[in-house]
Amino acid sequence: MLGKQDSFVLYDEELIRFTKVLEKLLHDSNAGSAFLIDKNGQLICAVGETDKLDTTSLASLTAGNIAATGGLAKLIGEKEFSILFHEGEKDNIHISIVGGRIILVVIFDNRSSLGLVRLRVKKAGAELQTILDDLITRTEESQKAGGSPFAEITEEDIDNLFS
Amino acid sequence: MSFINYAAREINCKIVYYGPGLCGKTTNLQHVYAKSTSETKGKMISLATETERTLFFDFLPLDLGDIRGFKVRLHLYTVPGQVFYDASRKLILKGVDGVVFVADSQTERLDANIESLLNLRDNLEEQGFDLDKLPFVIQYNKRDLPNLSSVEELRKLLNPTAVPDFEASAFEGWGVFETLKGIAKLILIELKKGQR
Repeated sequence: MLGKQDSFVLYDEELIRFTKVLEKLLHDSNAGSAFLIDKNGQLICAVGETDKLDTTSLASLTAGNIAATGGLAKLIGEKEFSILFHEGEKDNIHISIVGGRIILVVIFDNRSSLGLVRLRVKKAGAELQTILDDLITRTEESQKAGGSPFAEITEEDIDNLFS
Repeated sequence: MSFINYAAREINCKIVYYGPGLCGKTTNLQHVYAKSTSETKGKMISLATETERTLFFDFLPLDLGDIRGFKVRLHLYTVPGQVFYDASRKLILKGVDGVVFVADSQTERLDANIESLLNLRDNLEEQGFDLDKLPFVIQYNKRDLPNLSSVEELRKLLNPTAVPDFEASAFEGWGVFETLKGIAKLILIELKKGQR
């Protein structure tokens, strides 16, 4: 398991697998869009109708939301609230935690229903968990091999960013 | 805890601006937002009270450019400075890659600075971080105002380990980018040393 201070690393292969699961989830639940977000607020992947959404803000606010409700959970002696649901006039947001580490967000309207989304999210959550475990194994192997692409960064490279 | 995205060739880093209430954390972000081009900045989010005090956090995503084929993106966050928002401050420190401590240089805020710095150290420890091992810079803000503590005095009290420090007036807009560059450099050097 990754420690608190380890980097979260995403490779092409896992991104493709995550995306496939989300696409199937969208199809099966008739939802509008779905997102995977790191608990620290970084967007991992997004599928569906995402063009009109500020996905960076969505990711940051979702992580803040999960962090705040996690704080509330601890106050009353719960480990976490693993599912959140926000109901709007037209659109609704279903948020769930996968593997204690990443957040799955599904946005849907009246073409779907909360029951259907919950059902499909549960199934997708198990598949996402498997991919996440694979990703963690791969990251650990890569770190052991010492294959950081940033070892070659020079002071000059860093200075150039600010010139 | 940086997020390295090989698929999108991106590195995302989280920087938190910490400090006592009304020291200018939000003003720092507002200045960065105002002076950055629309291609490099995202939308700035402020979760604030009706009187514009930070309630939960401000958030500003910023693109720095490319390094070794990876786009470097910074996520800048502020914490709410008021003492009673401590539970929220702890949450925002989760997964932090670097901290900017914004000190209020006015003499009457000296104790508030010291208290906030101790609070930062405690809250980081709760998250499993050691401030002395984390990329960390200090900004002495509000240098445009009268009634200031000297930089020497502030250094002695707030910066005994001599981390990079910067004088600034976020209100007038100077020293803000120097501070940001200072912390970004330290984070990238840390990344170079090995994946944190």
